[in-house]
Amino acid sequence: MLRLPTFRYLQPRSLREALAMKADAGPDGMFVAGGTDLYPNMKRRHQEPRVVISLMGIEELRRLDGWNVGTCVTLSALSSLPTFQRSQSAVAGAAQLVSTPLLRNMGTLGGNLCLDTRCNYYNQSYEWRKSIDFCMKKDGAICWVAPSSPRCWAVSSSDVAPVMVAIGAEYRLVGPQGERLVPAGRFYHNDGINYLTKQPDEILVDVRLPAPNGWDAVYHKLRRRGSFDFPVLGVAAWIQWNGKKVGEARIVLGGVASYPQEVAAAGAALEGAPLSDEAIAAAADAAYQPSKPMDNTDFDLSWRKQMTRVYVKRALEELRARH
Amino acid sequence: MSNESKVKIALSVNGEPAEVAFAPHKTLLEVLREDLGLTGTKHGCELGECGTCTVLLDGTAVLSCLVLGVACEGRAVRTVEGMAQNGQLHPLQETFADLGAAQCGYCTPAFLLVAEALLAANPHPTRDEIKHALAGNLCRCTGYIKIYEAVELAAARMRGEVAQPTRESLYGR
Repeated sequence: MLRLPTFRYLQPRSLREALAMKADAGPDGMFVAGGTDLYPNMKRRHQEPRVVISLMGIEELRRLDGWNVGTCVTLSALSSLPTFQRSQSAVAGAAQLVSTPLLRNMGTLGGNLCLDTRCNYYNQSYEWRKSIDFCMKKDGAICWVAPSSPRCWAVSSSDVAPVMVAIGAEYRLVGPQGERLVPAGRFYHNDGINYLTKQPDEILVDVRLPAPNGWDAVYHKLRRRGSFDFPVLGVAAWIQWNGKKVGEARIVLGGVASYPQEVAAAGAALEGAPLSDEAIAAAADAAYQPSKPMDNTDFDLSWRKQMTRVYVKRALEELRARH
Repeated sequence: MSNESKVKIALSVNGEPAEVAFAPHKTLLEVLREDLGLTGTKHGCELGECGTCTVLLDGTAVLSCLVLGVACEGRAVRTVEGMAQNGQLHPLQETFADLGAAQCGYCTPAFLLVAEALLAANPHPTRDEIKHALAGNLCRCTGYIKIYEAVELAAARMRGEVAQPTRESLYGR
């Protein structure tokens, strides 16, 4: 049976109280929201905080204020809001594609945006990992996906994060030094271990979504089953329309790197012209080139790379069809 | 473990007030089974990947393997033990039994509770809505069809309709 290790559980009622508790606990303390990422990881001894500080009792984090979404809003709530289904459909749609209905009832927006990176050599029980002498992400020294690599290649597996990067959302962080706003695209590092620019003692408070203003976005997800599975490829596509022409565009890939990977060349291939078949093919090809999945998730990696082209094309065709 | 290292909470379990003391790192699943003696809720993967441990927390279906017991102070938990009333099975339990929607039965308590939450929110679910609601629960025996049929039949009966299983549901083609 998989049991949690022992720890102290604290339930602050305000941000100030939560920050003070974290300051007291130091590196032994971790914040938790829905627990659907942290608790399985604790059971497998990936993370072993001595103090767990729940954010779920903090009113400010559960607030929905226009296009500002508190990070403790559950994924179920986010995906079923009628206003979001209409105006922020890529956000609601991506939230609805996370795992299962049961998990979405517990898991939060903030948890999905801060989701631990994943890898076949890491997301295993302690005993399994011990049998291969562990890996560099936890308890070991080597990356089993790329043994000569100095870095960890665990995969960014969030569904909502690529959408946030694509639509240009901003994250509000509060920490001991005060408050800061970070563009979603600068919240992530391409490193399986240090995958967030958030400091451990900072709290991701809310996400500021851009108001609907002539832009549109979609998210397409590749996985083995229609439920449960993390993305082995996610494609978020955003277009700022200028009449029938594409004003600006962003294509962001999930599941192929340690961060949501924006492919600037793919967006650039679309700008200033109508969304023709040729433009879509050029963007899909531009996204295909730098898409370099590693052999550490489900499915054959060369097929996953090929699917980048297919999924970018489908995403853009959907945007064109509904414009 | 000594009493000093336990936490004590008050909550509602199947409509009855309950107080329970347990080690603070225990999950709701462990508290239900080991400290409250309610073994109807099953252990599955314990990682949130199978749905077997589902209970209703304030009416919402959640994975009890990933909820801390200490986080349930003052909340209402409903398990499969609370479904039958006065010796009378819940309509879902009846249709699951009649239609063979339970085979080995291990996943059944979770399916029953998720279906109950679905029908409370939506008394007229379509087959697709049932599929989506149950998409977080794995069953390795039934192939799901009989489960969907059992939920549809129970939904009809709970709406007050006089509904019988089809001959095909009971005996096959």
